[in-house]
Amino acid sequence: MGELLVMAAIATCVKILLLPSYHSTDFEVHRNWLAITHSLPVDRWYVDETSEWTLDYPPFFAWFERLLSAFAAVWDPRIVDLSAGKNYASASCLLFQRGSVMVADSVLYLGLWSYCKGMAPDKRKLVYAVVVFSPGLLIVDHIHFQYNGFLLGILLLSLAALKQGKDLLGGVIFAALVCFKHLFAVAGPVYFVYLLRHYCSGPRRLRNFFQLAISVLGVVVLAFGPFAYYGQVGSASFSSPFLCTSKLCFQIQQVLRRLFPFGRGLCHAYWAPNIWAMYNTADKALSILFKAAGFKVNSTTAAYTGGLVGEFSSYAVLPSITPLITFAMVLSSLVPWLYKIWRNPQPSRVVYYITYAYMCGFMFGWHVHEKASLHFVVPFSLIAVESMDNANDYLFLSTVCYYSLFPLLYEAPEYPIKVLVLLLYSTLLWDCFSNYFSVKVDGKGEDKSKASRHSRTALGRLKSSYLAGMILIEIYGQFGHRFLFPQRLEFLPLMLVSAYCSIGVFYIWVQWFRSGFSIHDWSTLPPPKDKKFGV
Amino acid sequence: MRDAPSFRASAIFIAAVAVLIRLLTGLHSYSGAGNPPKYGDYEAQRHWMELTINLPVSDWYRNTTDNDLGYWGLDYPPLTAYQSYIHGVFMRKFDEQSVALHSSRGYESLHSKVLMRWTVVLSDLAIFFPAAIAFVAAYYRQRSHEERVWVLALILLQPALILIDHGHFQYNCLSLGLAIGAAAAVISRWEIVACVLFSLSLNHKQMSMYYAPAFFSHLLGISLRKKYPVLNVLKLGAAVLSTFALCWWPFLHSREAVLQVLSRLVPIHRGLFEDYVSNFWCVSNLLIKWKQLLPDRVLVQLAFVATLACILPSMLQQILRPSRRGFLLAMFNCSFAFYFFSYQVHEKSILLPVIPGTLLALDEPLVWRWLIPGALMSMFPLLVRDGLLLPYFALLLLFFLGFVPLRSFNPVAASSLLGGFVLHLAYLLLDPPARYPYLFEAFIATYTFAYFAAIFLYTNYRQWSRSRVLSSTQKRKKKV
Repeated sequence: MGELLVMAAIATCVKILLLPSYHSTDFEVHRNWLAITHSLPVDRWYVDETSEWTLDYPPFFAWFERLLSAFAAVWDPRIVDLSAGKNYASASCLLFQRGSVMVADSVLYLGLWSYCKGMAPDKRKLVYAVVVFSPGLLIVDHIHFQYNGFLLGILLLSLAALKQGKDLLGGVIFAALVCFKHLFAVAGPVYFVYLLRHYCSGPRRLRNFFQLAISVLGVVVLAFGPFAYYGQVGSASFSSPFLCTSKLCFQIQQVLRRLFPFGRGLCHAYWAPNIWAMYNTADKALSILFKAAGFKVNSTTAAYTGGLVGEFSSYAVLPSITPLITFAMVLSSLVPWLYKIWRNPQPSRVVYYITYAYMCGFMFGWHVHEKASLHFVVPFSLIAVESMDNANDYLFLSTVCYYSLFPLLYEAPEYPIKVLVLLLYSTLLWDCFSNYFSVKVDGKGEDKSKASRHSRTALGRLKSSYLAGMILIEIYGQFGHRFLFPQRLEFLPLMLVSAYCSIGVFYIWVQWFRSGFSIHDWSTLPPPKDKKFGV
Repeated sequence: MRDAPSFRASAIFIAAVAVLIRLLTGLHSYSGAGNPPKYGDYEAQRHWMELTINLPVSDWYRNTTDNDLGYWGLDYPPLTAYQSYIHGVFMRKFDEQSVALHSSRGYESLHSKVLMRWTVVLSDLAIFFPAAIAFVAAYYRQRSHEERVWVLALILLQPALILIDHGHFQYNCLSLGLAIGAAAAVISRWEIVACVLFSLSLNHKQMSMYYAPAFFSHLLGISLRKKYPVLNVLKLGAAVLSTFALCWWPFLHSREAVLQVLSRLVPIHRGLFEDYVSNFWCVSNLLIKWKQLLPDRVLVQLAFVATLACILPSMLQQILRPSRRGFLLAMFNCSFAFYFFSYQVHEKSILLPVIPGTLLALDEPLVWRWLIPGALMSMFPLLVRDGLLLPYFALLLLFFLGFVPLRSFNPVAASSLLGGFVLHLAYLLLDPPARYPYLFEAFIATYTFAYFAAIFLYTNYRQWSRSRVLSSTQKRKKKV
């Protein structure tokens, strides 16, 4: 616990130093939510449109903002003023908002501590370091501005509960998490199958099942109940039941409409490094090729993005993708693992299941943000030191995903900072992992020189050259592009980063997908030690 | 087991962390931000860049229509001017408006701020970092890898210098880096290189003269032990003079020009002290009103005599029994003596004793852990005025977390920390009474002065006691 506190304190110092750095529109978004939840009655929260930054997270997060706004009102009333607070970014507002993220990170540390209870001390210290100093969380939460640390902490608490066999608690916490940010629901099928097989089995299965169902339902009712209630109140007359239900439906509908804005495009304004980035790149490449070959190509410039304004993606050459297709692909990629979990649910492998689920959601989902990579990188950190293979994959994947976050920060002061943070993190991790595993190998009395050589080049030539390529892409994007195409094709560097990183992420995903078919989980025997992914 | 860790790899890693911390500090405010008409040190440095790239060398230190000495005239020696010129060229390439003659007065923009911050970081990387690494490699050669990495980290991550150079905005890293390089050369017995480097340091900021007695007495002591002492002294003297001549070359054509520059370097008219600095004059001024008792001319002489009295023991010790550790202690003692008793000392001058105190961290473990927090605290009012409150606390906390183990907090340390903490809070939260508007500054200055005085007495004792031990072992060795 002591080491976690020291690390957290060091990380907090760095976060304090980052206070005046660039912040994105998400800063104003959250400030507006503070204002909405503080100044308006509950039934207006999901209806209000004073600002373009409407509430689009589930109700528990709205209540979280409500809690924060109580403090904000005391600290600086202008923060929570709906009209006067618009685009308010003074020093006091900055201090409050950034400070609230730092304080909310304590949930992350709590979840981390809870998960690592009972681990060997040196392993635990390593896991602490990997999560606490994560460049991704630093860039997204403390510069760009979001509350991912807080939410991932809740996820870690759920995973800790499941690991300790407290399935009911884990399930309830997960249900609550989904009511904080619905994006986490991607792991829903995994939780469902796991809990069904692991918790609702044996002699007390019926009782457990009902316990679980009631608890989860209770959480959902707690979250959405008030809106159903407010939907009813204010209806013209109670006499007509039809009118009642339509009013009830309106509030819930409104909440759902905000939560699932499928009017947005397939990809975010900057493409997350998933399969659709590769798909878009292929489409663009093919359209250029076909045009050059003289074919008639769909002349409307393909619109791949769409942050605020709803636009469906239209492709020049390849068939277009609908939300249903993405949904089906996410689900089908989960199927092999769901079958594994069904056959042999293992509490010690829960983190693997969840990490894979979020990877699939990232790979095939609709309108995925590059920030969503945190959802699988942070849980992966927990199992990064389980085996040398995991460590290699984690080092590779985290570097690629954190690099893909770079375009989020496009201003000059943050440039050397983000580069240094990532370089230092990757180097430190590589050194710590080498140290950790070479000691372990020595303990078994194997050939020492071989071990040290192995641990040093453990990343392999393929992955090392890929990472070297990443450096070249960055150099090109920052310096080379300006010389080759001055003032033209400004999207090209970003597209390169996105497409290149998607290859790396895809590579890791494919390996995990394939291990879903591995033969080791067909029996109910525990998997052998040091097996790659333990599924 | 893994291959033996290399000092070079660790040094690069620490340097990268140190650069990161500097960049993070650079995100914050600087001296005089948004504060017309005079602004602060940031504007001064920018103005010097403007002057040096737009005016001929002869006009740099002269009052002309284009160069109004009343608005941040150059008051450092020529090397600062040359450095401003180099940085000015850099700034002009990327943001021409920021250094345009006349029109760029008070120019502040996000873009130019980033560029200016990067000039400091690059200067650090060019001079200070290599000097620090060279010093650790030379002086701590016999120590273990962990110890050397630790002391290098302490030197590079020492919060006081980072806050002043990368927060307040100055280029102390250049003069202090050159001084560290000179110290490393002395340790390695490269005396001529040491003379050249120290002369360069002196020509960058005249405050480096705080170290001059230590260099002088040590090198004299070493020379006296050589076969031809006079020849050695002449050699070193020639090195110093030629370096000076090189730096002052554009001004050597007339006596007038030289005097003009000199007059800018020694501002007698500014008084015994400004603001609240934790030195003897300012703290004793609470009881004995020096400025009202005596005229400036007399005060200058008094300061001179008092300083001389305090540096003489150290100088004597080094002339009689020169040693490497004694030299560093002399650097510390002499610079501290100057800080206490010299004329027109600024709070930022605490950096001069802090550097040797940090260099000696492994040999004198008691000094740095009291000196560095004390030095930071003595600059607290200045840093608050600059809007650097948050980096101050963040870097102070990082210092404690990174370097001071929890078990070293005995009751004395804990109560000192608590006292300091209370004073910080009082300064921030309470309003001083109308009769004494600078009450809390006075408290802070007195509090830190007490610790400084205690450290000063201790290190003087150490410089003498250590040498006696050395000389007796040397005598024994000679007999054998």
